[in-house]
Amino acid sequence: MVNSFLEAGARDRVHGICDAGSFQEILKPSDRISSPHMALLEQPVAFDDGVVIGRATLGGAPVLVVAQEGEFLGGAIGEVHGAKITALIAKAIEEKPRAVLLIFESGGVRLHEANAGLIAVSEIMRAVCSARAQGVQFIGLIGGAAGCFGGTGLIARCCDVLIMSEEGRLAMSGPEVIETVYGVEEFDSRDRALVWRVSGGKHRYVMGDVQTLVADEVEAFRSAAMDALDTGKVNFDLQSLEAEHAMLTQRLAQFGDCRDAKEIWQRLGLPSAEELALMPADEFVSTTASARNVAKGAR
Amino acid sequence: MNRDQVLNALFGEGWKAEHLEADHFYGRASVLNQEVTVIGTSEKAEVGADMALTMARVVIQTIKERAGEPIVFLLDTQGQRLRRRDELMGLNGYMAHLAKAVELARQRGHVIVSVVYGEAVSGGYISTGMMADACYALADAEIKVMNLPAMARITKIPLEHLQELAKQSPVFSPGVENYLRMGHLDAVWEGDYSTQLAASISELQAKSRAEIAVDSRIARGVERGGRKAAGVVIERVLGHA
Repeated sequence: MVNSFLEAGARDRVHGICDAGSFQEILKPSDRISSPHMALLEQPVAFDDGVVIGRATLGGAPVLVVAQEGEFLGGAIGEVHGAKITALIAKAIEEKPRAVLLIFESGGVRLHEANAGLIAVSEIMRAVCSARAQGVQFIGLIGGAAGCFGGTGLIARCCDVLIMSEEGRLAMSGPEVIETVYGVEEFDSRDRALVWRVSGGKHRYVMGDVQTLVADEVEAFRSAAMDALDTGKVNFDLQSLEAEHAMLTQRLAQFGDCRDAKEIWQRLGLPSAEELALMPADEFVSTTASARNVAKGAR
Repeated sequence: MNRDQVLNALFGEGWKAEHLEADHFYGRASVLNQEVTVIGTSEKAEVGADMALTMARVVIQTIKERAGEPIVFLLDTQGQRLRRRDELMGLNGYMAHLAKAVELARQRGHVIVSVVYGEAVSGGYISTGMMADACYALADAEIKVMNLPAMARITKIPLEHLQELAKQSPVFSPGVENYLRMGHLDAVWEGDYSTQLAASISELQAKSRAEIAVDSRIARGVERGGRKAAGVVIERVLGHA
């Protein structure tokens, strides 16, 4: 039976991706650490505040794991949620596991505790970069229904390596926000194919924002994460940053006038958007291999 | 305050622009006979992919050409640019790139200070000013994610209720005082800004690299009573065997 990553909850993803039976949660729901602010606003709370953290092994290697729960407020980051992630990264700096897995599913900052969420995002970004500089590898996984938006999209792009499914979405502002501000002509949030071509896994993979495109299967994410342990580590240094700078500069020069991935794919001489949309991940990867112009070690 | 007023208040004659556009600028200035790199946004700039890349380029240039030179961010931004084209380019990647550049500068010994002199909103602030070693705001500046009427609409919590709760909690409503209480801001500046900037830079330069590497915002938020829950979480996770 195929186990869909998209449909799995945060704990199911952790259990399916890490070695069977290896996960030990830190601050379990039974510890009842929830948001005091949601309670004050008379809103529902969750006893994990929408994020699961803990220790596990991956292919026998010790890892620390974070998994956001999209079912609770779209995985949005509040004070407790953010502090759990920041604290786990601090622990990673102490313990030096082989890697930290960040299983993202989040719309970004939680509006109900917006100031705490915003500050937490910047703290997590600083912590990821600092831990990377001290030799800890970060592997990000994106494929949940709520996507990876806003501050969470920024955190994701601080990782050594990103693994994404076609169904995942990675961006800054969601289409609804852009449509609200500039109208349906700017971005029709109900045009699902368009939304997919702007923020979906296939587009992000061709652009070089993510390193691995996988099918929507928990097992495929697990296998890609194990590969990343061996090959996905990128030093946090000037060389990587300059490689990324060159890649991003070239992207704007080459595609800065485009408004739809259709135009980009056409420019790259790829098959039609309709054909590409139907391709399974492995076929898409082989079809786009030569067109994908990605600088090595650009992170 | 507008751009020219803040530049004048901070640096007076000591400011030399290298690049000056309506919504962003960079250049050099001298603070206590020491050269600093200044990077800023103005006129409530929308930070898009191109602007983030430009700012990252200036940070990288500073790292390569002027080892250890302090970097000062001066900010007035309404947040990230809300356009389909910028999202298509991967705006989050451009902003994260800028944040990584700032982080690398810190790791290589550049002291980084940020000052919000206008408005600072969400994405436009995270990837620039919020990555600094020391973050300040002028007393009449504004820091926020969203104003309360918009928040009321989206969360479906009555506005009157939010306004009432905002009096006791710093966690959701706009305002520099809230960001001070939550531990993010080092201080809110009033009076002589140039003296305060000079003092901040000297203070940071007197610290060791290891001290600078510590992000003390949660500890400060606990101390000031604005972020107690985060403090509890940190203690419990780090204390977990």
